[in-house]
Amino acid sequence: MKFIDEYRDPAVVAGLMKHITCTARRLSRPVTIMEICGSHTYAIGRFGIRKLLPANIRLTSGPGCPVCVTSARDVDLALYFAGLPDVIFVTFGDMLRVPGAGGDSLQKKRAEGCDVRVVSSADECIGIALSHPQKEIIMMGIGFETTAPTIAAVILACRKNNIRNFSVFSVHKIVPPAIHALLADPLLNIDGFLCPGHVSTMIGAAAYQMIPDAGRAAVITGFEPVDILEGVWMILRQIESQKMEVAIQYSRGVRPEGNRRAMTLLQSVFETADAQWRGLGTIPESGLALRDEFAAFDTMKRISVPDIQSGDIPGCGCGDILRGIKLPHDCPLFRKVCTPVNPVGPCMVSSEGTCSTYYKYY
Amino acid sequence: MCIGFPGKIISIDQDNYAIIDISGTRREVCLDIIDEEASIGDYVITHAGYAIHKIDPTTAQDKLKCLQEIIDNEIY
Ligand code: SF4
Repeated sequence: MKFIDEYRDPAVVAGLMKHITCTARRLSRPVTIMEICGSHTYAIGRFGIRKLLPANIRLTSGPGCPVCVTSARDVDLALYFAGLPDVIFVTFGDMLRVPGAGGDSLQKKRAEGCDVRVVSSADECIGIALSHPQKEIIMMGIGFETTAPTIAAVILACRKNNIRNFSVFSVHKIVPPAIHALLADPLLNIDGFLCPGHVSTMIGAAAYQMIPDAGRAAVITGFEPVDILEGVWMILRQIESQKMEVAIQYSRGVRPEGNRRAMTLLQSVFETADAQWRGLGTIPESGLALRDEFAAFDTMKRISVPDIQSGDIPGCGCGDILRGIKLPHDCPLFRKVCTPVNPVGPCMVSSEGTCSTYYKYY
Repeated sequence: MCIGFPGKIISIDQDNYAIIDISGTRREVCLDIIDEEASIGDYVITHAGYAIHKIDPTTAQDKLKCLQEIIDNEIY
């Protein structure tokens, strides 16, 4: 497979490992590196990279799975919307099994007879809306800067085509404010960040400048073994030389300036708003809400929402795991009660969730 | 969720949708949010039904060459 197999070449992996080992030996103290992105967590588990690294290099997982960081209240709101009469609730598949505070999920709603549909691309909503004019189509807008432009494109297409039975329940979030929150967390001491690949395709490199400004290393990294190991090595070199910067390892997927067209599109439809993250609490200006001119496409403005009492799932430690201060093994439910077949918390549901990755690979 | 795949563009229709080939699997993706003109034969990274980036083959090749040199020279 072009642009994949070359980055799995065992000879290159072995060569990089030698470099990492030598550089790590020269470091005077242990180093903690956080992979922010859930796809990195998954790839690191799948390719066994944690075990390859020298003992003084620790990889820890961060809050980069959009499903996992969706707050319990937002999950409960989604369940409320899905349960309304004459609604077709549309979502990406990752969200289907995430439990709300009461143990309900979109999958259970569907089993009860609610019309919940899974799409792999948001633009499928256009066809659904056109073929069901009597129904209200609600799309759960979830994802970071990678996904939000696709939802923005669909909203613009619906406005252009005068589609009026479609709205978006936006729980979109953006990554840089979460990094600010991680940098400010006194319990966390991260020396370097593997920055997400495809979020960076959109936002570019400058968005991470607060990382070197805080004296930490930052490398935008791809998802294959060679990418991740080179990313780790680049971080170690920054730490060794004490020259921190935002470097791009994933140059085949990321231009320094990002994807301006997609970002312009995103900003024309959405504006930043405070958002609640599971584990990290409310982070100012870290969510994406529809601009006033798109109020007609905003589920929260079209439908009045009753006061929903929500709370965290009893016993689930996803919050601490998403902040990188606990590992799945520290959760008493891990493997015993909580498994991918019977997930208690979102980190076990999503394939990119830290608990699900640890269940499979550690 | 931010997963993306590189695929080769096989065809493009008048609505700006492309058929791409991801190692034998064909998928339809929308070209509305990619920031560079993409044509048949180009490799694009796609995410959730949309192409988000055109891969520059020279950049990708240079990177691999550069890595190979570092490894071959064994300068630790
Ligand atoms: S193992 Fe299950 S219950 Fe424990 S933190 Fe992970 S998802 Fe939550």
